Amino acid sequence: MTGEQITFLVVALGTLGSALMVVTTRNLVHAALWLISTLFGVAVIFALLSASFLAVVQVVVYIGAIAILFIFAVMLTRKDMRDQGPQLNKNWWLGALLAVLTFGGLFSLLQGWSGWSKTAAVIPSSFDAVNELGNALTSPTGYVLPFEVASVLLVAALVGAVYVAFNPRSGDSQK
Amino acid sequence: MSFWNNPLKVIADWLLGIFTGWGISEIAAQVLIGFLGVLLLLSLLMVLDIFLVWIERKVVSRFQDRIGPNRVGPFGLIQPFADIIKLLIKEDITPTGADKVVYNLAPILSMMSVLVLWAVVPLAPTILGVDLNVGALYIIAAGAIGTLSIIMAGWSSNNKYALIGAFREVAVMLSFEIPMLTILLIPTIFAGSMGIGAITNAQEKAWFVFLAPLAALIFLIAAIAELGRAPFDMGEAESELVSGYNIEYSGMKFGMFYAGELLHAFTYGGFWSILFFGGYRFFGLEQVSPFLAIAVVLFKALVGYWVIMWVKYTLMRIRIDHMLAFNWKFLTPLSFVLLMVVAFMNALLRGTPNWLFVSGMFLSNVAVGWVALEIARMTSRREREKVEGLKPVVETAHH
Repeated sequence: MTGEQITFLVVALGTLGSALMVVTTRNLVHAALWLISTLFGVAVIFALLSASFLAVVQVVVYIGAIAILFIFAVMLTRKDMRDQGPQLNKNWWLGALLAVLTFGGLFSLLQGWSGWSKTAAVIPSSFDAVNELGNALTSPTGYVLPFEVASVLLVAALVGAVYVAFNPRSGDSQK
Repeated sequence: MSFWNNPLKVIADWLLGIFTGWGISEIAAQVLIGFLGVLLLLSLLMVLDIFLVWIERKVVSRFQDRIGPNRVGPFGLIQPFADIIKLLIKEDITPTGADKVVYNLAPILSMMSVLVLWAVVPLAPTILGVDLNVGALYIIAAGAIGTLSIIMAGWSSNNKYALIGAFREVAVMLSFEIPMLTILLIPTIFAGSMGIGAITNAQEKAWFVFLAPLAALIFLIAAIAELGRAPFDMGEAESELVSGYNIEYSGMKFGMFYAGELLHAFTYGGFWSILFFGGYRFFGLEQVSPFLAIAVVLFKALVGYWVIMWVKYTLMRIRIDHMLAFNWKFLTPLSFVLLMVVAFMNALLRGTPNWLFVSGMFLSNVAVGWVALEIARMTSRREREKVEGLKPVVETAHH
């Protein structure tokens, strides 16, 4: 086994273990912290795949913004942060069945795949992935339309959030 | 290649020879040398951190017309070591009801978020941890870990002051991240790369502060807010929250927060100088010897740190709603507009002679700043007129 494979296995196990803790721990803030650990594991896997931009953006957006907002929301909404109710509902067998079926389907699909034994192509040092990504996102032949649509969607979400929070009677949300 | 031209390479080659001589495989030896390099950098930073305590205390006393530590050793230089011994022998208290693991993890993460920043700092043309092609974003990502450590500390302490402090601090850090990220794109536009090494190299013709003085100013403001230092020290407002998010921490755990804050300030001073004041570039000194380049970087970082201290000990705290309104209604739109103007001017002036490029950029920055100030002045005048019974400031001052 190469060093890269060992790193991947350790990180993947850590990510899966944290993901399991997210859904099993009873303390909601702990669940959010385990989620951060999971997201960080995904960032490390991006880094292992030489996708440095995605790795850093994963940390900035998911850990720096979304997970912190989760923690904020959890702290602001509940007095007792321990969940006392049952952790499974009566449809648990359906979820388990779907998970097993999905796993089985993926397993049988990937059994015939020849990519397992291939080694990854070496990226030449002159190849700047960030540059390529930027060009692809802004060139008309690339992904400029999906990129712009996503931006419009985010702006709409932003305007919506401001509208929901805005109180027209006082005219100013600070008063 | 001699030791004086490329010291790290020479030492690494020498160590590689020794390790492979011991029968270690070459890859393992490379990993080991990498670890030793990290250990060396971190140890030097921690030693520097000890002296930063002394520098901070000396500078604040000068600002406040005092002498500062002067009893232990020459000029009080040994004082920080006495402080460390005191911190180490203090009782380590964990409050009742604290979340122990999270409580102990928070100061470590706080220190870590500062130390990882140094991985991308170019100390000399040949001395650079790693030249990431996303270096500018990496700074923000490390800041995200710092934000996380503060909310962990505030929540796990089981103390209402700590929680309020953490809420305020995180609100400030999250909001000031946006102008900072936007401003980091301006050196990126000039350099054509997000790598910190490439940004330093691109300042060969002119420091970016001459190209974008307004960007340098906004970066400084956002950096001070990220640091949670006065006038943005809502998180540990002593007169309101006793000590804020780190109130329950004692001994070396508090020391980690404190030392982390000082090193963070020094590091952001360093990034300010690297992004806008040429980094290790200083009239060709960096070509003479890498050691001179390191000296230049440290000197510029200390100047940046001094400016941050100057602001901290001169200005008073701003109320949190004013501070957030200042960010969302002034700084964020201003940095977006500045980014657009700089990108437009860059496309317009590309290929023109250097003096035209520099002066065009400089003037457009000044124009954007002037228009923004005029708009802010008009808005605040309108707001003042709306509030009844408030006399103009000049009039009340004379009565």
